[in-house]
Amino acid sequence: MVKALHIVVDDCTGCQQCEMACSYKHEGVFNPAKSRIKVFEFKDQGRSVPYTCTQCSDAWCMQACPVDAISVNTQTGAKEVSGDLCVGCKVCTIACPFGTINYNHTSGKVDKCDLCGGEPACVEICPTPALTFIDAETTGMEKMRYWAEKTDQGQTAQT
Amino acid sequence: MALTNKVLRVNLSNGTCESEATNAEWAKKYLGQRGLATKYMVEEVDPKVDALSADNKLIFATGPLTGTAAPTSGRWSVITKSPLTGAIACSNSGGFFGAEMKNAGWDMIIFEGKSDGPVYLDITNDQAELKDASNMWGKTVWETEDMLREIRGDNDIRCASIGPAGESGVLFAAVVNDKDRAAGRSGVGTVMGSKNLKAIAVRGTVGTQVGDAMKFMQAAGAAKQILADNAVTGEGLPTYGTQVLMNVINETGALPTRNANDVQFEGASKIGGEAMHEIRESDGQANLVSNNACFGCPISCARISKIDPEHFTVKGRPEYQINSGGLEYESAWSLGAATGVDDLEALTYCNFICNELGMDPISLGSTIAAAMDLYKEGAITDEDTGGMKLEFGNTKALVAIVEATGRGEGFGVEIGQGSRRMCEKYGRPELSMTVKSQEFPAYDPRGIQGMGLTYATSNRGACHLRSYTVASEVLGIPEKTDPLTPDGKAGLVKAFQDATAVVDSSGTCIFTTFALTMDDIAPMIDADLEGDWSSETLMELGERVWNLERKFNMDAGLTAADDTLPQRLLKEAAKTGPAKGKVNELDKMLPEYYELRGWTADGVPSNETLDRLKL
Amino acid sequence: MKHVIVGAGPAGVTAAETLRKADPDGEVTLVGGEADPPYGRMAIPYFLIGNIADSGTFLRKSDDPYDGQGIRYVQGIAEDLAADDGKLTLADGQQLDFDKLLISTGSHPIKPPIDGLDLPAVHHCWTLQDARDICGLIGEGKDVVLMGAGFIGCIIMEALALSGSNLTVIEAQDRMVPRMMNKTAGDMIANWCRSKGVNVMTSAKVTGVAEDGGKLSITVDNGETLPADLLVVATGVRSNMDFASGSGIDMDIGIKVDDHLQSSINSIYAAGDVAQGPDFSTGGWDVHAVQPTSVDHGRIAALNMAGHDVTYQGSLNMNVLDTVGLISCSFGLWQGVEGGDSSEKVDTANSRYTLLNFDGDLLVGAVTLGRTDHIGVLRGLIQSRIRLRGWKDKLMEDPNLFVEAYVDLTRT
Ligand SMILES: Cc1cc2nc3c(=O)[nH]c(=O)nc-3n(C[C@H](O)[C@H](O)[C@H](O)COP(=O)(O)OP(=O)(O)OC[C@H]3O[C@@H](n4cnc5c(N)ncnc54)[C@H](O)[C@@H]3O)c2cc1C
Ligand code: SF4
Ligand code: SF4
Repeated sequence: MVKALHIVVDDCTGCQQCEMACSYKHEGVFNPAKSRIKVFEFKDQGRSVPYTCTQCSDAWCMQACPVDAISVNTQTGAKEVSGDLCVGCKVCTIACPFGTINYNHTSGKVDKCDLCGGEPACVEICPTPALTFIDAETTGMEKMRYWAEKTDQGQTAQT
Repeated sequence: MALTNKVLRVNLSNGTCESEATNAEWAKKYLGQRGLATKYMVEEVDPKVDALSADNKLIFATGPLTGTAAPTSGRWSVITKSPLTGAIACSNSGGFFGAEMKNAGWDMIIFEGKSDGPVYLDITNDQAELKDASNMWGKTVWETEDMLREIRGDNDIRCASIGPAGESGVLFAAVVNDKDRAAGRSGVGTVMGSKNLKAIAVRGTVGTQVGDAMKFMQAAGAAKQILADNAVTGEGLPTYGTQVLMNVINETGALPTRNANDVQFEGASKIGGEAMHEIRESDGQANLVSNNACFGCPISCARISKIDPEHFTVKGRPEYQINSGGLEYESAWSLGAATGVDDLEALTYCNFICNELGMDPISLGSTIAAAMDLYKEGAITDEDTGGMKLEFGNTKALVAIVEATGRGEGFGVEIGQGSRRMCEKYGRPELSMTVKSQEFPAYDPRGIQGMGLTYATSNRGACHLRSYTVASEVLGIPEKTDPLTPDGKAGLVKAFQDATAVVDSSGTCIFTTFALTMDDIAPMIDADLEGDWSSETLMELGERVWNLERKFNMDAGLTAADDTLPQRLLKEAAKTGPAKGKVNELDKMLPEYYELRGWTADGVPSNETLDRLKL
Repeated sequence: MKHVIVGAGPAGVTAAETLRKADPDGEVTLVGGEADPPYGRMAIPYFLIGNIADSGTFLRKSDDPYDGQGIRYVQGIAEDLAADDGKLTLADGQQLDFDKLLISTGSHPIKPPIDGLDLPAVHHCWTLQDARDICGLIGEGKDVVLMGAGFIGCIIMEALALSGSNLTVIEAQDRMVPRMMNKTAGDMIANWCRSKGVNVMTSAKVTGVAEDGGKLSITVDNGETLPADLLVVATGVRSNMDFASGSGIDMDIGIKVDDHLQSSINSIYAAGDVAQGPDFSTGGWDVHAVQPTSVDHGRIAALNMAGHDVTYQGSLNMNVLDTVGLISCSFGLWQGVEGGDSSEKVDTANSRYTLLNFDGDLLVGAVTLGRTDHIGVLRGLIQSRIRLRGWKDKLMEDPNLFVEAYVDLTRT
């Protein structure tokens, strides 16, 4: 069964530990600026919102890539970037309507959430129930898909 | 490793920003943050210097764990000579500024000299530049942060700034970061203002590395588990924040009330943690909106509150009808119990104002309480206060005087001098609840004896965060001691002081020590840094830091005579509660403390002690 | 059902793969006109600077991505189209029968009518072969002139500049990337490029090219004459549709298609650079010659060819550009709409710029310079027509908060 990263905004305390775990796992350094999950802080609302790729089925990033550098990991369903193939053209970064695939100035390539191969480090470190990794069908993926469909280039009518 | 090994030296007189290597020898002996910055102060600043002169220095410092995945790694400090106390000042803060500064690649920023006009320091990683802040001068902390974000066009920058209080010379002005976290005590914001330094904006994308990452993650993971399983850090603090203490301390009979005329407050339950959870009749909401974490913190004790939109303080003022930093135990006490005001919404508003205008709520509330006492005694009159009825329990007067103090208006100017100076001016020095001119916080030493010694010997003037013996005397951590007896407190205070100095030098939060022992902390530091770091080496380091601070103070002209308490605590017995009939028995604890410290009877560190600590 | 796809660029390949899945029983034939396996033109700059081998530009990296996946790959150039008979004739005489045809032949670069553009040292940079030809002519010490600083020109510019050549860029209009950037942003890009050692001339036209002692001599109407080892012409493209001209299919600047990407002839669809399709922003019809549009077109055309009924809401004009390290983007109606508000933030010192254009409380267009974080949300905000409500005012004050606006509005 495919699992999905489930985010419950109300439970997030804004500690950014997920960002540290993510940057450590992928870059070997504690550095929120290099994390693939980002916690947005809405100070006046007292609200913190963890935000990352939903591994959407449309995968605009993957489709837009001119050199086949993004592919689906069949085990996890994650859309993964191959550092070897990516040429750094950044077209995926404007194609993804969620802005969750980003150019990395140091590597000259793009970064996105890859679900850590099935054991997301952010979920492991999160001290609250804000981040969990659970059965995709029960995550309320509907809500995520809602915005995906609104941006959709035509697949809505297909289903 | 997780020192960046870089210090940013900013000369405000010449407008230069230069990078230099962190002194590695000193880092070995003083770790970082509080310890290391104090060493720089001792080496570079004449302790006798006028704190508000260009010759004083102001150091922003992170620790080796700041910015790492260690739990509560968001801590950082401001170190300088205090204009309030004349002693060394080290004020800690959390939030996100410190981690950002570390991620930009800086262990410390040392400000020296004084700028001709208002400036702010703009940092992006290794790029640092002083920029004109004329248009920010006079602006509140909140406005300043918004302006800096807009100027930079980057919402991810982090800011530390002073508000009007720091500009106008309020002696307990704070440096406020992330809008509602503060390096609050001892007037570090006043020093910043005296240098014409309005703010620091920092963006750090370099990140923080540790020595042995695998070992580090294991040690940090273990520590987090302990914090999660602990009743205080895993449940009490997340649910009620520090406000969990209000009713507890009141029942202990150690809640200084109405300028310590009483030790219990009949309104305590209206302003405590439980009250913040209660649904208001007016709008069906609770005062408390949520709890927030500082960077890297699994505890998340910080309160986010929203004031009742119908409350007189904010009605028709949408800018205050927001979610912002709510009451901590200390501020609820100082603004509330100390002044006899039990209006939770008004206290929350005053707390917002402290953040917005940049003031330490402890000193502010305590000084207002002293003014109320003076008013009651007739030492000040309506003529002095400009018609303000500064009576205990007068909510409207409290709100008005808080605003006036932050803005430097009317009688607020007197309040802004702190309780010691104000009480002396009006001829009643004994009404000032201060040690070394700093107002003491929310624990009455008549009901918690160890806190008397804590206040008397704290290197930065009265303070609970130098040795929080409340943990042992009230909460039973690490083991329960009797709060009403002075016996054994000298050793307890010394142990707490040394351990706290380590934590404050490491880049983590003292609240972890409700659950973590030095044996839990040492492995993180050991994995992080080169060399061998055990509990023993760390405790010795803590003692070294303590003695170094003491040395600075002695050289500044403080003596054993300053290691004392307000007469009220030593002479006037508690009227109610478990401590009824008690005064603080400092005289029973102090000599033993000196001896344990290896100090002379005059409180001077002996040569032997200095040698042992390699000072 | 016999599906033929002519033109094996991103549009054609995406269509072939989509058809393979959507019509498992149908026959899918993909006709590629170039000697190389299907590749992405976008990757050419990275080949030019030697970051990747030519195989790095290939659209698909798996072994045997076409025939191995049930897609018959035919190499050849279409020369004639008989729509009524369902026949496509290739240059080598081969005839392909189709029930449904997709035209995805892209476009080709054009040369303005200037003397000397047929000299051997004058090149386009459009195909992989062009890139191979150019490779030997660039590098340290070489004088290179680039004619045209449009989107494609600027993309090539980055590679030419990185090669270490002495580079001059000549743009006829008053600013760089005039069809993607306003004057403020275009000028900021020009200044940036100059600071990186590129000689940028705007409002300047090449009037003639001659050979002079083994070098090109390029005259410009601003009075300058430039010696060059290589002149790269990037002054515009035209759709590849000549082969279909006898079929009676409707064409304008491209092959005209409706919101199902179907042409005036029922059995024929068009996608990518060759198709003049619905424009999301204007509601009109246009050619958006960019990669994301070509794959969206390819996918949707294929679904409709397979018998699904998929309406296309139109392509959003969008670009991301890296000019010697300065990254810029433009989305949708970056020129704004009549009566709409716009919010602008210029930070010249740091080469950062943000412009948002609104129609009421909808975002309809944007330009950014110097930022890359979460930039895609601009597409999300525009294309999902998110009502900005309270965020409109905040964005009017500080347009840089668009990511925060998107996250706040969509995550509850
Ligand atoms: C150097 C360069 C850089 C670019 N960079 C970007 C970028 O950064 N971002 C972006 O969005 N876009 C970029 N583009 C544009 C992008 O590459 C095109 O929009 C995209 O390739 C269009 O895809 P397509 O499939 O419609 O056409 P094409 O990719 O042009 O493919 C059409 C194919 O059909 C073939 N063909 C033509 N006529 C016939 C015929 N009669 N018979 C058979 N085959 C035929 C062609 O040879 C070609 O292989 C760039 C283009 C170039 C040249
Ligand atoms: S990066 Fe964006 S387009 Fe790609 S899978 Fe994630 S959400 Fe979808
Ligand atoms: S680790 Fe969890 S609680 Fe902390 S910021 Fe990330 S999602 Fe929020």
